[in-house]
Amino acid sequence: MNRLSPYGFLRDLASRWDVLAFIVVIGLIAFLGETSRGLFAPLSQLEVAPLSLDPIHLPEYAARTTFRMLAGLFLSLVFTLTYATWAAKSERAGKLLVPMLDILQSVPILGFISVTVVFFMSLAPGRVLGAEFAAIFAIFTSQAWNMAFSFYQSLRTIPNELSEAAESFRLSPWMRFWQLEVPFGMPALIWNMMMSMSGGWFFVVASESISVGHTTVALPGVGSYIALAIEQKNLAAIGWAIATMLIVILLYDQLLFRPLVAWADRFRVEQEPGVRVPDSWALTMMRRSRLIQAATLAFHAAVLWTSRAVKRVDKPVMDEGSPKKRSLDLLWVSLVIVAVVAGLWHLVWVLIKNTPLSEALQVCGLATLTMLRVFILIALASIVWVPIGVWVGMRPRAAQIVQPIAQFMAAFPANLLFPIAVYGIVAWRLNPDIYLSPLMILGTQWYILFNVIAGASAIPAEMRYVAANFHVSGWLWWRKVALPAVLPFYVTGAITASGGSWNAAIVAEVASWGTTHVQARGLGAYIAQATTAGDFHRIVLGIGTMSLFVVVINRLFWRPLYYYAERKYRLT
Amino acid sequence: MNNSPLLQCTEVRKAFPKPDGAELLVLDGMNLELREGQIVGLLGRSGSGKSTLLRLIAGLSEPSAGQLRYLGQPISGPASGIAMVFQSFALFPWLTVFENVALGLEAQRMPRADIRKRSLAAIDLIGLDGFESAYPRELSGGMRQRVGFARALVVHPNILLMDEPFSALDVLTAETLRTDFLDLWAEGRMPIKGVILVTHNIEEAVLMCDRILVFGSNPGRILSEIKVSLPQPRNRLDPSFRELVESIYVEMTARPQGGASARHERFPGLGIGSQLPHVSSNLLAGLMEAVAAVPFNGKADLPDIASDLQMEIDELFPVAETLQMLRFAELEGGDLKLTEDGMAFAHAALDERKRIFSRHLLNYVPLAAHIRRVLDERASHSARKSRFVDELEDFMSEEAADQTLRAIVSWSRYAEAFAYDDENAMFSLENPT
Repeated sequence: MNRLSPYGFLRDLASRWDVLAFIVVIGLIAFLGETSRGLFAPLSQLEVAPLSLDPIHLPEYAARTTFRMLAGLFLSLVFTLTYATWAAKSERAGKLLVPMLDILQSVPILGFISVTVVFFMSLAPGRVLGAEFAAIFAIFTSQAWNMAFSFYQSLRTIPNELSEAAESFRLSPWMRFWQLEVPFGMPALIWNMMMSMSGGWFFVVASESISVGHTTVALPGVGSYIALAIEQKNLAAIGWAIATMLIVILLYDQLLFRPLVAWADRFRVEQEPGVRVPDSWALTMMRRSRLIQAATLAFHAAVLWTSRAVKRVDKPVMDEGSPKKRSLDLLWVSLVIVAVVAGLWHLVWVLIKNTPLSEALQVCGLATLTMLRVFILIALASIVWVPIGVWVGMRPRAAQIVQPIAQFMAAFPANLLFPIAVYGIVAWRLNPDIYLSPLMILGTQWYILFNVIAGASAIPAEMRYVAANFHVSGWLWWRKVALPAVLPFYVTGAITASGGSWNAAIVAEVASWGTTHVQARGLGAYIAQATTAGDFHRIVLGIGTMSLFVVVINRLFWRPLYYYAERKYRLT
Repeated sequence: MNNSPLLQCTEVRKAFPKPDGAELLVLDGMNLELREGQIVGLLGRSGSGKSTLLRLIAGLSEPSAGQLRYLGQPISGPASGIAMVFQSFALFPWLTVFENVALGLEAQRMPRADIRKRSLAAIDLIGLDGFESAYPRELSGGMRQRVGFARALVVHPNILLMDEPFSALDVLTAETLRTDFLDLWAEGRMPIKGVILVTHNIEEAVLMCDRILVFGSNPGRILSEIKVSLPQPRNRLDPSFRELVESIYVEMTARPQGGASARHERFPGLGIGSQLPHVSSNLLAGLMEAVAAVPFNGKADLPDIASDLQMEIDELFPVAETLQMLRFAELEGGDLKLTEDGMAFAHAALDERKRIFSRHLLNYVPLAAHIRRVLDERASHSARKSRFVDELEDFMSEEAADQTLRAIVSWSRYAEAFAYDDENAMFSLENPT
């Protein structure tokens, strides 16, 4: 079984490039915010299209939500095939593009929405279209970075001999891309796409109904439906929305991703014997359908036809130390420096000029609170799910039933369940600082569960026999057999859960039910408030701080832990 | 027969830059000529640069100096008349047999009908009829390599390059494939004019080649050129065949000229900066035991002991040479002769073995002695691995330094000369508790 790793930041990167990338990314966000604020002024307030809580409209809303999802997925794919290819092919570009991807991945997705929604709405004169753009962009940001990372990684790990074969048979770069590189990267890419979906549903729901300052977006969709239901305190409507979402995700999984995963299996290079080939009834159906067959043939023909259209140009290899290469390097470095200075300037201009030191300190304190919450919640979720996961993973029958459910739960947008929790908090007057926190991990804890299940079912039968043979049992068994064996899997799951929880903080630390608002202290709440107020400096400050925290925690904690687990406890 | 060579390499040199700015020389002073109708073998051990030379000829990398000419034209990038067969087949798993074979022609943008005709002809020729629509994963290793051959032959290359094409196959399959290839070659049914075969298997080279170039290491260079004039098909049991194999063994184990200081070509000078092969103490002990036992009684002919132990020359050489470096054996003229201590080791019990091994390790491997001295001198009796890596990297690449230290760690653990903790990357004198 594959391990499920949607977050692809676990790799070595030159650290000075990270710093540059961080500045560039945050600078660009600040720039986008500033620009859109300028464009924002002449816009009059949006007229909200009237939504209805009648369940009869739900199929239509669900269809529109799904459409946004597909559009975002498509854009992510286009981005992946271009950005990752560029980063992998050009040594110079890669030096900046890869760390940038890493930083982009750490920026909270709702932060992107806060900053870009006004920008997108000012782009399109028909305002609904602009809002659509913003929502689709939110989905894009929840998937594109992971997918690009996965594809970049694939491009860098193409087996040497395959690459040499392509070269010695004189494939043109275009042909090489479609015949070697894309197929090779396909399984990992599709897997990442599927794993990123959970984030996608979460944020499509969040981005359909959002207010930034005076700009309110309310796109017809399941997310807006929920928002309206909260406003009107309609518990039945929320139930309907949850049911709809369950069906939509089920269909999406069965009709899109199962077939894709089964189909992508043919692109795997290592064919380990005994690994079960994934099957999908939908794929079998599609393969037997003439229409689909004709479509695949047409695509194949197009690839071949374009391959013929693009000639291979033989170009001499550029020598390492040639003056031409050196001067080009110099040009590139100076370009990067200019970009960094520009980014820095924006950062200074936006942040330092507008925020007093006390506020910066306060934001750091809030971030620490959120960090504490994330760590405590991960620990709690681990205590619950690791033993259960091991228990299930050791029993193939149970694993077969539980594993799909866990994956399904991970894909379900947990924010749909928030209103129910808030209802409880309000009803029983609970402390929001404590009782809002579990919402952060509601959707992400499943990553821990299904990774541990995958790890436990990967324990070789011989190891279990040895344990039984020497009567290793009880706590000793957990300490020496089960926990070490699942550790690498667990770490992958915990990293994913942690990343997801930081993202969820923005919606989870603030919640409302009708006119009642409950709020926990934390960075997520700070960003959410700044977003509602349309305060760009605070949004950028909050996002920047959160990104910084996430990056630093990844570098100092998760990444070393991951390498340690991989090196010491990986069963090969 | 045409008189101008298909391929000509003159004074080819290849060096890779090292991190510290110096360069690592892998090929030097390489001269080679391939004429029509010839199969030329490049025979040598791993690390002798023979695969590097093959990649230079294939246009997959550029030489640092010297010239490679194909049909009189300098090679810059992969030439259309040179095709390659890879050790691990290098088939595209997502393409069928037919699509894999057709790929090279597709890249040449040949008319669709011709692609079909030629691909089917190549598939037919190489004995893959009926497998056109199979995916590589459905095929056995031997069938996969047949696809590799068909894919190379279909582009009608003048020169076929083969990079250890049979070494990933089992003995029986490899032999069948070799015979099939030689039959097709003898009958002139393949659209190729010359072949370069890279191999580390002496018998394979003698079986297939018209000329054999024996490679030496550090840096890779040609030690000698051997003409094989035995008529095809050749018989492995033929006395003249055996004689030739034996003489190449001798050639490959011969001491190079220049006296005792240059006697181990892999361990030049045997200073602290000598690169050490990672040979486990089990293998060392095993070979000493085998040579000490009947029928060898302390002195064994290398081909004999190799076949006795069912080892390939490539596996046996580093073990034999490590024994020589540790002064447990003498390697000369294709013979491996145990020294007095080597015999004593073979007959000793475990504790005594460890004592003998420890003495030899600290006496004859300067790096081991150096590490031990550092540990003895320090009050803490411990030292970081990185310290020694830095020292080694003055002499060798990062990879080689890493491998050398791994060898030292494994030997010193066996000898209980000093300890190593991988978690903290520390050497120490302490015994594990």
